[in-house]
Amino acid sequence: MEQYKEADLKNIATSIRRKIIEMVYSAKSGHPGGSLSIADILAVLYFKELNIDPLDPTNPDRDRLVLSKGHASPGLYAALSLRGFFPESLLTGFRKLNSKLEGHVHRGVPGVEASTGSLGQGLGIGVGMALAGKLDSKNYHVFVIVGDGEIEEGSIWEALMAGAKYKLNNLIVILDKNGVQLDGYTKDIMPIGNVKDMVSSFGWDAIEINGHNFEEIISAVEKAKKSQHKPTFIIANTIKGKGVSYMENNPKYHGAPPASQEEYEQALREIGGED
Amino acid sequence: MLKVPAESLRDAYGEELKILGAKYKDLVVLDADLSSSTKTSIFGKAFPDRFFNMGIAEQSMVATAAGLSLSGKKVFASTFAVFLMRTYEQMRQSVCYNNLDVNFVVTHSGITVGEDGATHQIVEDVGIMSGLPNMKVTVPVDSIETRSVIEFLAEKGRGPNFVRLSREKFPVLNNKDYEFRQGKSVTFKDGDDVTIIGMGVMVSFALEAAEQLKSRGIDARVINMSSIKPIDREAIVKAAKETGHIVTVEEHSIYNGLGSRTAEVASDEYPVPVWRLGMKDTFGKSGKGWELFDYFHMGVEDIVKLTEGCFREEQRYENFP
Repeated sequence: MEQYKEADLKNIATSIRRKIIEMVYSAKSGHPGGSLSIADILAVLYFKELNIDPLDPTNPDRDRLVLSKGHASPGLYAALSLRGFFPESLLTGFRKLNSKLEGHVHRGVPGVEASTGSLGQGLGIGVGMALAGKLDSKNYHVFVIVGDGEIEEGSIWEALMAGAKYKLNNLIVILDKNGVQLDGYTKDIMPIGNVKDMVSSFGWDAIEINGHNFEEIISAVEKAKKSQHKPTFIIANTIKGKGVSYMENNPKYHGAPPASQEEYEQALREIGGED
Repeated sequence: MLKVPAESLRDAYGEELKILGAKYKDLVVLDADLSSSTKTSIFGKAFPDRFFNMGIAEQSMVATAAGLSLSGKKVFASTFAVFLMRTYEQMRQSVCYNNLDVNFVVTHSGITVGEDGATHQIVEDVGIMSGLPNMKVTVPVDSIETRSVIEFLAEKGRGPNFVRLSREKFPVLNNKDYEFRQGKSVTFKDGDDVTIIGMGVMVSFALEAAEQLKSRGIDARVINMSSIKPIDREAIVKAAKETGHIVTVEEHSIYNGLGSRTAEVASDEYPVPVWRLGMKDTFGKSGKGWELFDYFHMGVEDIVKLTEGCFREEQRYENFP
Protein backbone atom coordinates (compact mmCIF):
# COMPACT_ATOMS: atom_id res chain seq x y z
CA MET A 1 0.00 0.00 0.00
CA GLU A 2 1.14 3.52 -0.79
CA GLN A 3 2.42 5.47 2.17
CA TYR A 4 0.64 8.75 2.61
CA LYS A 5 2.34 11.50 4.61
CA GLU A 6 0.49 13.82 6.92
CA ALA A 7 0.54 16.62 4.33
CA ASP A 8 -1.09 14.27 1.81
CA LEU A 9 -3.74 13.27 4.33
CA LYS A 10 -4.53 16.92 4.94
CA ASN A 11 -5.04 17.46 1.20
CA ILE A 12 -7.20 14.35 0.98
CA ALA A 13 -9.37 15.50 3.89
CA THR A 14 -9.76 18.84 2.12
CA SER A 15 -10.87 17.07 -1.06
CA ILE A 16 -13.36 14.98 0.94
CA ARG A 17 -14.78 18.16 2.47
CA ARG A 18 -15.09 19.88 -0.90
CA LYS A 19 -16.91 16.91 -2.34
CA ILE A 20 -19.26 16.73 0.65
CA ILE A 21 -20.32 20.32 0.02
CA GLU A 22 -20.62 19.78 -3.73
CA MET A 23 -22.75 16.66 -3.26
CA VAL A 24 -25.23 18.06 -0.75
CA TYR A 25 -25.52 21.33 -2.66
CA SER A 26 -26.18 19.49 -5.91
CA ALA A 27 -28.71 17.19 -4.20
CA LYS A 28 -30.27 20.16 -2.37
CA SER A 29 -30.37 17.85 0.67
CA GLY A 30 -28.17 15.61 2.78
CA HIS A 31 -26.10 15.74 5.94
CA PRO A 32 -22.98 17.93 5.72
CA GLY A 33 -22.36 18.51 9.46
CA GLY A 34 -21.60 14.94 10.52
CA SER A 35 -19.80 14.24 7.26
CA LEU A 36 -17.41 17.16 7.68
CA SER A 37 -16.69 16.13 11.28
CA ILE A 38 -15.35 12.71 10.18
CA ALA A 39 -13.46 13.86 7.07
CA ASP A 40 -10.06 13.71 8.78
CA ILE A 41 -10.81 10.30 10.26
CA LEU A 42 -11.95 8.98 6.86
CA ALA A 43 -8.76 10.32 5.24
CA VAL A 44 -6.57 8.48 7.75
CA LEU A 45 -8.55 5.24 7.53
CA TYR A 46 -8.95 5.04 3.75
CA PHE A 47 -5.51 6.37 2.83
CA LYS A 48 -3.32 5.00 5.60
CA GLU A 49 -4.81 2.46 7.97
CA LEU A 50 -7.25 0.23 6.09
CA ASN A 51 -5.82 -2.79 4.30
CA ILE A 52 -8.02 -2.54 1.21
CA ASP A 53 -7.62 -2.70 -2.55
CA PRO A 54 -10.09 -0.94 -4.84
CA LEU A 55 -9.22 -3.47 -7.55
CA ASP A 56 -10.05 -6.39 -5.24
CA PRO A 57 -12.87 -5.04 -3.06
CA THR A 58 -14.14 -8.42 -1.85
CA ASN A 59 -10.81 -9.93 -0.82
CA PRO A 60 -11.62 -12.08 2.24
CA ASP A 61 -8.56 -10.76 4.07
CA ARG A 62 -9.43 -7.08 3.67
CA ASP A 63 -10.13 -4.75 6.56
CA ARG A 64 -13.81 -3.75 6.89
CA LEU A 65 -15.29 -0.37 7.70
CA VAL A 66 -18.95 0.05 8.64
CA LEU A 67 -20.19 3.62 8.75
CA SER A 68 -22.90 3.09 11.33
CA LYS A 69 -23.92 6.74 11.20
CA GLY A 70 -25.16 6.18 7.66
CA HIS A 71 -26.35 9.75 7.15
CA ALA A 72 -22.68 10.73 6.78
CA SER A 73 -22.83 9.06 3.36
CA PRO A 74 -21.37 12.08 1.50
CA GLY A 75 -18.16 11.70 3.49
CA LEU A 76 -17.90 7.97 2.85
CA TYR A 77 -18.79 8.19 -0.84
CA ALA A 78 -16.24 10.98 -1.31
CA ALA A 79 -13.50 8.97 0.42
CA LEU A 80 -14.29 5.82 -1.58
CA SER A 81 -14.23 7.64 -4.92
CA LEU A 82 -10.97 9.41 -4.07
CA ARG A 83 -9.48 6.06 -3.05
CA GLY A 84 -10.42 4.69 -6.48
CA PHE A 85 -13.40 2.44 -5.79
CA PHE A 86 -15.50 4.27 -8.38
CA PRO A 87 -15.11 7.34 -10.64
CA GLU A 88 -15.44 10.71 -8.92
CA SER A 89 -17.84 11.77 -11.68
CA LEU A 90 -20.49 9.45 -10.19
CA LEU A 91 -20.69 11.59 -7.04
CA THR A 92 -22.99 14.00 -8.87
CA GLY A 93 -25.69 11.29 -8.77
CA PHE A 94 -25.89 11.46 -4.97
CA ARG A 95 -29.52 11.23 -3.77
CA LYS A 96 -30.82 11.19 -7.34
CA LEU A 97 -32.84 8.64 -9.24
CA ASN A 98 -30.85 6.14 -11.34
CA SER A 99 -27.77 6.50 -9.14
CA LYS A 100 -26.49 3.93 -6.68
CA LEU A 101 -25.50 6.71 -4.30
CA GLU A 102 -28.55 6.43 -2.04
CA GLY A 103 -29.18 9.16 0.51
CA HIS A 104 -27.95 6.88 3.25
CA VAL A 105 -25.03 4.47 2.89
CA HIS A 106 -25.86 1.74 0.40
CA ARG A 107 -24.04 -1.54 -0.15
CA GLY A 108 -24.55 -1.37 -3.90
CA VAL A 109 -21.78 1.24 -3.99
CA PRO A 110 -18.32 -0.29 -4.56
CA GLY A 111 -16.32 -0.36 -1.33
CA VAL A 112 -19.34 -0.11 0.97
CA GLU A 113 -19.48 -3.07 3.35
CA ALA A 114 -23.01 -2.67 4.72
CA SER A 115 -26.06 -0.52 4.11
CA THR A 116 -26.74 1.69 7.09
CA GLY A 117 -28.92 4.64 7.95
CA SER A 118 -31.05 3.60 10.86
CA LEU A 119 -28.84 4.43 13.82
CA GLY A 120 -27.53 1.90 16.28
CA GLN A 121 -27.17 -1.10 14.00
CA GLY A 122 -23.69 -0.85 12.49
CA LEU A 123 -21.83 -1.80 15.64
CA GLY A 124 -23.73 -5.09 15.85
CA ILE A 125 -22.89 -5.73 12.20
CA GLY A 126 -19.25 -5.04 13.07
CA VAL A 127 -19.44 -7.55 15.92
CA GLY A 128 -20.64 -10.18 13.44
CA MET A 129 -17.83 -9.38 11.00
CA ALA A 130 -15.25 -9.53 13.78
CA LEU A 131 -16.64 -12.86 15.03
CA ALA A 132 -16.39 -14.25 11.50
CA GLY A 133 -12.78 -13.08 11.34
CA LYS A 134 -12.03 -15.00 14.52
CA LEU A 135 -13.83 -18.13 13.28
CA ASP A 136 -11.86 -18.04 10.03
CA SER A 137 -8.54 -17.19 11.75
CA LYS A 138 -8.21 -14.07 9.64
CA ASN A 139 -6.08 -11.11 10.64
CA TYR A 140 -8.36 -8.39 9.34
CA HIS A 141 -9.67 -5.53 11.46
CA VAL A 142 -13.22 -4.24 11.55
CA PHE A 143 -13.75 -0.51 12.01
CA VAL A 144 -17.10 0.98 12.95
CA ILE A 145 -17.76 4.72 13.00
CA VAL A 146 -20.61 5.75 15.31
CA GLY A 147 -22.00 9.16 16.22
CA ASP A 148 -22.48 10.56 19.70
CA GLY A 149 -26.20 11.08 19.09
CA GLU A 150 -26.29 7.51 17.84
CA ILE A 151 -25.01 6.03 21.08
CA GLU A 152 -28.28 7.06 22.70
CA GLU A 153 -29.62 3.92 20.99
CA GLY A 154 -29.71 0.97 23.41
CA SER A 155 -28.63 -1.44 20.69
CA ILE A 156 -25.16 0.16 20.75
CA TRP A 157 -24.74 -0.93 24.35
CA GLU A 158 -26.00 -4.42 23.56
CA ALA A 159 -23.28 -4.67 20.92
CA LEU A 160 -20.64 -3.29 23.29
CA MET A 161 -21.44 -6.11 25.72
CA ALA A 162 -21.08 -8.66 22.93
CA GLY A 163 -17.77 -7.19 21.75
CA ALA A 164 -16.31 -7.54 25.23
CA LYS A 165 -17.76 -11.03 25.80
CA TYR A 166 -16.12 -12.38 22.66
CA LYS A 167 -12.84 -10.50 23.26
CA LEU A 168 -12.98 -8.95 19.80
CA ASN A 169 -9.56 -7.32 19.72
CA ASN A 170 -10.03 -7.10 15.94
CA LEU A 171 -12.90 -4.63 16.40
CA ILE A 172 -12.25 -0.88 16.60
CA VAL A 173 -14.99 1.67 17.14
CA ILE A 174 -14.44 5.34 16.43
CA LEU A 175 -16.91 7.69 18.08
CA ASP A 176 -17.45 10.96 16.21
CA LYS A 177 -18.07 13.02 19.32
CA ASN A 178 -19.20 16.29 17.78
CA GLY A 179 -21.78 17.15 20.44
CA VAL A 180 -24.58 17.98 18.03
CA GLN A 181 -27.59 15.99 16.88
CA LEU A 182 -30.62 16.81 14.74
CA ASP A 183 -32.68 18.56 17.39
CA GLY A 184 -29.86 20.42 19.10
CA TYR A 185 -26.87 19.84 21.38
CA THR A 186 -26.37 16.30 22.63
CA LYS A 187 -25.85 17.57 26.18
CA ASP A 188 -29.41 18.99 26.08
CA ILE A 189 -31.23 16.33 24.08
CA MET A 190 -29.96 13.35 26.08
CA PRO A 191 -26.87 13.79 28.24
CA ILE A 192 -24.99 10.52 28.19
CA GLY A 193 -22.35 10.92 30.86
CA ASN A 194 -18.69 10.07 30.71
CA VAL A 195 -18.44 7.86 27.65
CA LYS A 196 -14.83 6.92 28.38
CA ASP A 197 -15.74 5.58 31.81
CA MET A 198 -18.85 3.91 30.46
CA VAL A 199 -17.18 1.98 27.64
CA SER A 200 -14.27 1.09 29.93
CA SER A 201 -16.70 -0.40 32.41
CA PHE A 202 -18.26 -2.36 29.54
CA GLY A 203 -14.87 -4.03 29.10
CA TRP A 204 -13.40 -2.06 26.20
CA ASP A 205 -10.10 -0.25 25.92
CA ALA A 206 -10.90 3.46 25.61
CA ILE A 207 -8.70 6.10 23.98
CA GLU A 208 -9.64 9.77 23.77
CA ILE A 209 -8.21 11.92 20.97
CA ASN A 210 -8.66 15.09 18.97
CA GLY A 211 -10.48 13.77 15.90
CA HIS A 212 -8.97 16.48 13.68
CA ASN A 213 -5.35 15.75 14.62
CA PHE A 214 -3.87 13.28 12.13
CA GLU A 215 -1.05 12.22 14.42
CA GLU A 216 -3.48 11.43 17.26
CA ILE A 217 -5.88 9.53 14.97
CA ILE A 218 -3.03 7.45 13.54
CA SER A 219 -1.48 6.68 16.88
CA ALA A 220 -4.84 5.65 18.42
CA VAL A 221 -5.64 3.34 15.51
CA GLU A 222 -2.14 1.81 15.58
CA LYS A 223 -2.52 1.16 19.30
CA ALA A 224 -5.97 -0.35 18.81
CA LYS A 225 -4.67 -2.70 16.12
CA LYS A 226 -2.15 -4.10 18.60
CA SER A 227 -4.76 -4.88 21.27
CA GLN A 228 -4.38 -8.42 22.52
CA HIS A 229 -7.67 -9.18 24.25
CA LYS A 230 -10.08 -6.29 24.16
CA PRO A 231 -11.94 -4.34 21.51
CA THR A 232 -11.02 -0.65 21.35
CA PHE A 233 -13.30 2.37 21.52
CA ILE A 234 -11.68 5.56 20.24
CA ILE A 235 -13.44 8.70 21.39
CA ALA A 236 -12.66 11.29 18.74
CA ASN A 237 -13.55 14.80 19.86
CA THR A 238 -14.65 16.59 16.72
CA ILE A 239 -16.41 19.70 15.52
CA LYS A 240 -19.67 19.23 13.68
CA GLY A 241 -19.44 21.01 10.32
CA LYS A 242 -15.64 21.32 10.67
CA GLY A 243 -14.11 23.59 8.04
CA VAL A 244 -17.16 25.71 7.20
CA SER A 245 -17.58 28.52 9.74
CA TYR A 246 -21.35 28.90 9.56
CA MET A 247 -21.86 25.14 9.84
CA GLU A 248 -19.54 24.56 12.80
CA ASN A 249 -21.41 23.51 15.95
CA ASN A 250 -24.66 24.52 14.28
CA PRO A 251 -27.45 21.92 14.57
CA LYS A 252 -29.12 23.45 11.52
CA TYR A 253 -26.48 21.90 9.28
CA HIS A 254 -26.90 18.40 10.64
CA GLY A 255 -29.24 17.76 7.74
CA ALA A 256 -29.29 20.80 5.48
CA PRO A 257 -27.14 21.85 2.52
CA PRO A 258 -25.78 25.36 1.98
CA ALA A 259 -28.88 27.52 1.74
CA SER A 260 -27.75 29.67 -1.19
CA GLN A 261 -25.15 30.04 -3.91
CA GLU A 262 -23.36 32.50 -1.61
CA GLU A 263 -23.26 29.99 1.24
CA TYR A 264 -22.09 27.32 -1.18
CA GLU A 265 -19.22 29.46 -2.47
CA GLN A 266 -18.29 30.57 1.02
CA ALA A 267 -18.11 26.94 2.15
CA LEU A 268 -15.75 25.94 -0.67
CA ARG A 269 -13.66 29.06 -0.13
CA GLU A 270 -13.24 28.33 3.56
CA ILE A 271 -12.40 24.66 2.99
CA GLY A 272 -9.80 25.71 0.45
CA GLY A 273 -7.92 23.32 -1.79
CA GLU A 274 -8.36 22.95 -5.53
CA ASP A 275 -9.40 26.47 -6.64
CA MET B 1 -56.85 -34.55 17.73
CA LEU B 2 -56.02 -36.73 14.75
CA LYS B 3 -55.04 -40.23 15.73
CA VAL B 4 -51.47 -39.90 14.51
CA PRO B 5 -48.28 -39.47 16.53
CA ALA B 6 -47.36 -35.90 17.53
CA GLU B 7 -43.78 -34.64 17.48
CA SER B 8 -42.01 -31.47 18.53
CA LEU B 9 -41.07 -29.12 15.71
CA ARG B 10 -38.44 -27.35 17.78
CA ASP B 11 -36.74 -30.63 18.73
CA ALA B 12 -36.66 -31.45 15.03
CA TYR B 13 -35.12 -28.02 14.37
CA GLY B 14 -32.35 -28.42 16.94
CA GLU B 15 -31.52 -31.95 15.83
CA GLU B 16 -31.48 -30.99 12.15
CA LEU B 17 -29.19 -28.04 12.91
CA LYS B 18 -26.74 -30.45 14.53
CA ILE B 19 -26.77 -32.71 11.46
CA LEU B 20 -26.27 -29.73 9.14
CA GLY B 21 -23.59 -28.28 11.39
CA ALA B 22 -21.48 -31.37 10.81
CA LYS B 23 -21.99 -31.03 7.06
CA TYR B 24 -21.46 -27.27 6.72
CA LYS B 25 -18.48 -25.84 8.58
CA ASP B 26 -19.62 -22.29 7.78
CA LEU B 27 -22.99 -22.73 9.50
CA VAL B 28 -23.35 -20.59 12.64
CA VAL B 29 -26.23 -20.27 15.09
CA LEU B 30 -27.27 -17.40 17.35
CA ASP B 31 -29.77 -17.27 20.17
CA ALA B 32 -30.88 -14.74 22.77
CA ASP B 33 -30.94 -16.67 26.05
CA LEU B 34 -33.67 -19.07 24.98
CA SER B 35 -31.57 -21.83 23.45
CA SER B 36 -32.85 -24.54 25.78
CA SER B 37 -36.39 -23.69 24.66
CA THR B 38 -35.74 -23.04 20.96
CA LYS B 39 -33.49 -26.13 20.97
CA THR B 40 -30.56 -24.40 19.33
CA SER B 41 -28.77 -25.64 22.45
CA ILE B 42 -28.51 -29.02 20.70
CA PHE B 43 -26.33 -27.35 18.06
CA GLY B 44 -24.57 -25.28 20.72
CA LYS B 45 -23.46 -28.36 22.65
CA ALA B 46 -22.14 -30.03 19.49
CA PHE B 47 -20.43 -26.93 18.04
CA PRO B 48 -19.71 -24.46 20.86
CA ASP B 49 -17.31 -22.40 18.70
CA ARG B 50 -20.04 -21.71 16.14
CA PHE B 51 -22.83 -21.01 18.60
CA PHE B 52 -23.29 -17.47 19.92
CA ASN B 53 -25.57 -16.80 22.86
CA MET B 54 -26.06 -13.04 22.58
CA GLY B 55 -27.93 -12.68 25.85
CA ILE B 56 -31.32 -11.01 26.21
CA ALA B 57 -30.39 -8.61 23.44
CA GLU B 58 -32.32 -9.44 20.30
CA GLN B 59 -31.27 -6.28 18.44
CA SER B 60 -27.65 -7.24 18.96
CA MET B 61 -28.39 -10.79 17.81
CA VAL B 62 -29.94 -9.67 14.54
CA ALA B 63 -27.27 -7.08 13.69
CA THR B 64 -24.55 -9.60 14.51
CA ALA B 65 -26.30 -12.15 12.31
CA ALA B 66 -26.10 -9.60 9.49
CA GLY B 67 -22.37 -9.09 10.06
CA LEU B 68 -21.71 -12.84 10.07
CA SER B 69 -23.66 -13.24 6.85
CA LEU B 70 -21.79 -10.34 5.22
CA SER B 71 -18.65 -12.31 6.05
CA GLY B 72 -19.86 -15.45 4.29
CA LYS B 73 -21.48 -17.49 7.05
CA LYS B 74 -24.73 -19.47 6.79
CA VAL B 75 -26.64 -17.97 9.68
CA PHE B 76 -29.54 -19.27 11.76
CA ALA B 77 -30.87 -17.01 14.52
CA SER B 78 -33.54 -18.06 16.98
CA THR B 79 -35.66 -16.78 19.83
CA PHE B 80 -39.38 -16.80 20.61
CA ALA B 81 -41.47 -15.39 17.77
CA VAL B 82 -42.77 -12.50 19.86
CA PHE B 83 -39.30 -11.29 20.88
CA LEU B 84 -37.88 -11.33 17.38
CA MET B 85 -40.52 -8.78 16.42
CA ARG B 86 -38.83 -6.10 18.55
CA THR B 87 -36.00 -6.24 16.03
CA TYR B 88 -38.25 -5.45 13.07
CA GLU B 89 -36.04 -2.56 12.13
CA GLN B 90 -32.78 -4.48 12.41
CA MET B 91 -34.36 -7.14 10.21
CA ARG B 92 -35.55 -4.51 7.78
CA GLN B 93 -32.41 -2.39 7.50
CA SER B 94 -29.51 -4.67 8.30
CA VAL B 95 -30.79 -7.98 6.93
CA CYS B 96 -33.52 -7.48 4.33
CA TYR B 97 -32.20 -4.29 2.74
CA ASN B 98 -28.76 -5.88 2.48
CA ASN B 99 -30.59 -9.01 1.20
CA LEU B 100 -28.53 -11.34 3.38
CA ASP B 101 -28.80 -15.12 3.74
CA VAL B 102 -30.00 -15.03 7.33
CA ASN B 103 -32.53 -17.57 8.56
CA PHE B 104 -34.75 -16.51 11.44
CA VAL B 105 -36.26 -19.63 12.97
CA VAL B 106 -38.63 -18.74 15.78
CA THR B 107 -40.47 -20.97 18.22
CA HIS B 108 -43.39 -20.41 20.60
CA SER B 109 -45.58 -18.66 18.05
CA GLY B 110 -49.35 -18.41 18.25
CA ILE B 111 -51.75 -19.47 21.00
CA THR B 112 -50.27 -22.96 21.46
CA VAL B 113 -47.79 -21.19 23.76
CA GLY B 114 -50.60 -21.76 26.28
CA GLU B 115 -50.16 -20.94 29.94
CA ASP B 116 -47.63 -18.11 29.48
CA GLY B 117 -50.51 -16.10 28.11
CA ALA B 118 -51.13 -13.17 25.81
CA THR B 119 -47.74 -11.47 26.23
CA HIS B 120 -46.03 -14.50 24.70
CA GLN B 121 -48.66 -15.54 22.13
CA ILE B 122 -47.92 -13.61 18.97
CA VAL B 123 -50.53 -13.87 16.25
CA GLU B 124 -49.27 -11.01 14.05
CA ASP B 125 -45.79 -12.25 13.11
CA VAL B 126 -46.55 -13.78 9.72
CA GLY B 127 -48.10 -10.50 8.61
CA ILE B 128 -45.22 -8.41 9.93
CA MET B 129 -42.62 -10.60 8.26
CA SER B 130 -44.48 -10.98 4.96
CA GLY B 131 -44.43 -7.23 4.49
CA LEU B 132 -40.64 -7.08 4.45
CA PRO B 133 -39.12 -6.90 0.95
CA ASN B 134 -36.85 -9.92 0.22
CA MET B 135 -38.16 -11.85 3.25
CA LYS B 136 -39.63 -15.33 2.66
CA VAL B 137 -42.02 -16.86 5.16
CA THR B 138 -42.56 -20.54 5.94
CA VAL B 139 -44.79 -22.22 8.52
CA PRO B 140 -43.96 -25.94 8.70
CA VAL B 141 -46.90 -28.22 9.47
CA ASP B 142 -45.02 -30.93 11.37
CA SER B 143 -41.61 -32.20 12.47
CA ILE B 144 -40.86 -33.82 9.11
CA GLU B 145 -41.54 -30.64 7.19
CA THR B 146 -39.49 -28.68 9.74
CA ARG B 147 -36.44 -30.84 9.06
CA SER B 148 -36.92 -30.53 5.32
CA VAL B 149 -37.31 -26.75 5.49
CA ILE B 150 -34.16 -26.33 7.59
CA GLU B 151 -32.18 -28.61 5.30
CA PHE B 152 -33.45 -26.70 2.27
CA LEU B 153 -32.43 -23.37 3.80
CA ALA B 154 -28.95 -24.57 4.72
CA GLU B 155 -28.38 -26.02 1.26
CA LYS B 156 -30.22 -23.72 -1.11
CA GLY B 157 -31.77 -20.91 0.91
CA ARG B 158 -31.21 -17.45 -0.55
CA GLY B 159 -31.87 -14.12 1.10
CA PRO B 160 -33.62 -13.64 4.42
CA ASN B 161 -36.03 -16.33 5.59
CA PHE B 162 -38.52 -16.49 8.47
CA VAL B 163 -39.60 -19.91 9.75
CA ARG B 164 -42.38 -20.12 12.33
CA LEU B 165 -42.32 -23.02 14.80
CA SER B 166 -44.29 -23.74 17.94
CA ARG B 167 -43.99 -24.85 21.51
CA GLU B 168 -46.45 -27.77 21.35
CA LYS B 169 -45.96 -31.09 19.61
CA PHE B 170 -47.96 -31.25 16.39
CA PRO B 171 -49.48 -34.28 14.61
CA VAL B 172 -47.12 -35.76 12.02
CA LEU B 173 -48.90 -35.45 8.68
CA ASN B 174 -46.13 -35.95 6.14
CA ASN B 175 -44.38 -39.13 5.06
CA LYS B 176 -40.72 -39.53 5.89
CA ASP B 177 -39.64 -38.97 2.28
CA TYR B 178 -41.44 -35.60 2.03
CA GLU B 179 -39.36 -32.82 0.52
CA PHE B 180 -40.25 -29.15 1.06
CA ARG B 181 -40.42 -26.95 -2.04
CA GLN B 182 -40.50 -23.21 -1.40
CA GLY B 183 -43.58 -21.65 -2.99
CA LYS B 184 -45.40 -24.98 -3.33
CA SER B 185 -48.29 -26.30 -1.25
CA VAL B 186 -49.29 -29.91 -0.61
CA THR B 187 -52.81 -31.22 -1.07
CA PHE B 188 -53.43 -33.65 1.77
CA LYS B 189 -56.97 -34.53 0.72
CA ASP B 190 -58.74 -34.08 -2.60
CA GLY B 191 -62.26 -32.74 -2.79
CA ASP B 192 -64.51 -30.85 -5.19
CA ASP B 193 -67.02 -28.93 -3.07
CA VAL B 194 -64.85 -26.55 -1.08
CA THR B 195 -61.15 -26.06 -0.33
CA ILE B 196 -59.81 -25.61 3.18
CA ILE B 197 -56.35 -24.06 3.08
CA GLY B 198 -54.48 -24.39 6.36
CA MET B 199 -51.29 -23.15 7.94
CA GLY B 200 -49.39 -24.88 10.74
CA VAL B 201 -51.23 -27.07 13.21
CA MET B 202 -54.60 -26.03 11.87
CA VAL B 203 -54.03 -28.19 8.81
CA SER B 204 -54.54 -31.19 11.09
CA PHE B 205 -57.75 -29.61 12.40
CA ALA B 206 -58.86 -29.11 8.79
CA LEU B 207 -58.31 -32.80 8.04
CA GLU B 208 -60.49 -33.72 11.01
CA ALA B 209 -63.12 -31.24 9.91
CA ALA B 210 -63.03 -32.68 6.39
CA GLU B 211 -63.85 -36.13 7.80
CA GLN B 212 -66.92 -34.75 9.57
CA LEU B 213 -67.96 -32.75 6.51
CA LYS B 214 -67.79 -35.88 4.39
CA SER B 215 -70.43 -37.55 6.52
CA ARG B 216 -72.59 -34.50 5.93
CA GLY B 217 -72.21 -34.73 2.17
CA ILE B 218 -69.51 -32.07 1.68
CA ASP B 219 -66.32 -33.15 -0.07
CA ALA B 220 -63.61 -30.76 1.10
CA ARG B 221 -60.14 -30.41 -0.35
CA VAL B 222 -57.44 -29.80 2.28
CA ILE B 223 -54.22 -27.97 1.41
CA ASN B 224 -51.14 -27.41 3.57
CA MET B 225 -49.92 -23.91 2.63
CA SER B 226 -46.61 -23.94 4.50
CA SER B 227 -44.97 -21.50 2.11
CA ILE B 228 -46.76 -18.23 2.86
CA LYS B 229 -44.29 -16.11 0.90
CA PRO B 230 -43.83 -16.94 -1.88
CA ILE B 231 -47.35 -18.39 -1.79
CA ASP B 232 -48.61 -21.12 -4.10
CA ARG B 233 -50.80 -18.98 -6.36
CA GLU B 234 -51.43 -21.85 -8.74
CA ALA B 235 -52.99 -24.04 -6.03
CA ILE B 236 -55.20 -21.19 -4.81
CA VAL B 237 -56.47 -20.34 -8.30
CA LYS B 238 -57.05 -24.02 -9.03
CA ALA B 239 -59.03 -24.38 -5.80
CA ALA B 240 -61.06 -21.30 -6.65
CA LYS B 241 -61.89 -22.60 -10.12
CA GLU B 242 -62.58 -26.19 -9.13
CA THR B 243 -64.33 -25.81 -5.79
CA GLY B 244 -65.76 -22.29 -5.90
CA HIS B 245 -65.37 -21.71 -2.14
CA ILE B 246 -62.24 -21.30 -0.03
CA VAL B 247 -61.91 -21.48 3.75
CA THR B 248 -58.59 -20.53 5.36
CA VAL B 249 -57.58 -21.68 8.84
CA GLU B 250 -54.59 -20.33 10.73
CA GLU B 251 -53.21 -19.99 14.25
CA HIS B 252 -52.68 -16.29 13.49
CA SER B 253 -54.67 -13.13 13.06
CA ILE B 254 -57.03 -13.23 10.10
CA TYR B 255 -55.38 -9.95 9.18
CA ASN B 256 -52.21 -10.13 7.08
CA GLY B 257 -51.71 -13.86 7.40
CA LEU B 258 -52.70 -16.89 5.33
CA GLY B 259 -56.29 -15.73 4.93
CA SER B 260 -55.37 -12.29 3.68
CA ARG B 261 -52.78 -13.61 1.28
CA THR B 262 -55.19 -16.22 -0.08
CA ALA B 263 -57.88 -13.58 -0.57
CA GLU B 264 -55.38 -11.37 -2.40
CA VAL B 265 -54.54 -14.11 -4.86
CA ALA B 266 -58.18 -15.07 -5.42
CA SER B 267 -59.09 -11.42 -5.86
CA ASP B 268 -56.25 -10.93 -8.37
CA GLU B 269 -56.94 -13.96 -10.49
CA TYR B 270 -60.28 -15.70 -9.86
CA PRO B 271 -62.50 -14.05 -7.25
CA VAL B 272 -64.49 -16.47 -5.09
CA PRO B 273 -65.60 -16.06 -1.46
CA VAL B 274 -62.71 -16.64 0.96
CA TRP B 275 -63.84 -17.35 4.53
CA ARG B 276 -61.08 -16.73 7.06
CA LEU B 277 -60.83 -18.53 10.37
CA GLY B 278 -58.24 -17.36 12.87
CA MET B 279 -57.68 -14.86 15.64
CA LYS B 280 -60.09 -11.97 15.14
CA ASP B 281 -58.07 -8.86 15.94
CA THR B 282 -57.51 -9.94 19.51
CA PHE B 283 -54.78 -10.96 21.94
CA GLY B 284 -54.55 -14.50 23.27
CA LYS B 285 -54.86 -15.54 26.91
CA SER B 286 -53.55 -18.01 29.45
CA GLY B 287 -54.89 -21.52 29.29
CA LYS B 288 -53.89 -24.89 27.96
CA GLY B 289 -52.77 -24.50 24.35
CA TRP B 290 -55.35 -26.85 22.92
CA GLU B 291 -58.23 -25.43 25.03
CA LEU B 292 -57.60 -22.01 23.54
CA PHE B 293 -58.63 -23.10 20.05
CA ASP B 294 -62.17 -23.75 21.28
CA TYR B 295 -62.13 -20.57 23.37
CA PHE B 296 -61.28 -18.48 20.29
CA HIS B 297 -63.67 -20.42 18.05
CA MET B 298 -60.87 -21.95 16.02
CA GLY B 299 -61.49 -25.62 16.78
CA VAL B 300 -62.52 -28.47 14.50
CA GLU B 301 -66.22 -27.82 15.13
CA ASP B 302 -65.76 -24.18 14.18
CA ILE B 303 -64.11 -25.16 10.90
CA VAL B 304 -66.99 -27.53 10.16
CA LYS B 305 -69.54 -24.83 10.93
CA LEU B 306 -67.84 -22.16 8.83
CA THR B 307 -67.31 -24.54 5.91
CA GLU B 308 -70.93 -25.69 5.94
CA GLY B 309 -71.93 -22.06 5.99
CA CYS B 310 -70.25 -21.52 2.62
CA PHE B 311 -73.25 -23.22 1.12
CA ARG B 312 -75.83 -21.07 2.89
CA GLU B 313 -76.91 -17.74 1.50
CA GLU B 314 -77.22 -16.11 4.90
CA GLN B 315 -73.64 -16.65 6.12
CA ARG B 316 -72.00 -13.33 6.75
CA TYR B 317 -68.98 -12.29 8.67
CA GLU B 318 -69.69 -10.96 12.10
CA ASN B 319 -68.71 -7.36 12.49
CA PHE B 320 -65.36 -6.62 14.08
CA PRO B 321 -62.83 -3.87 13.52
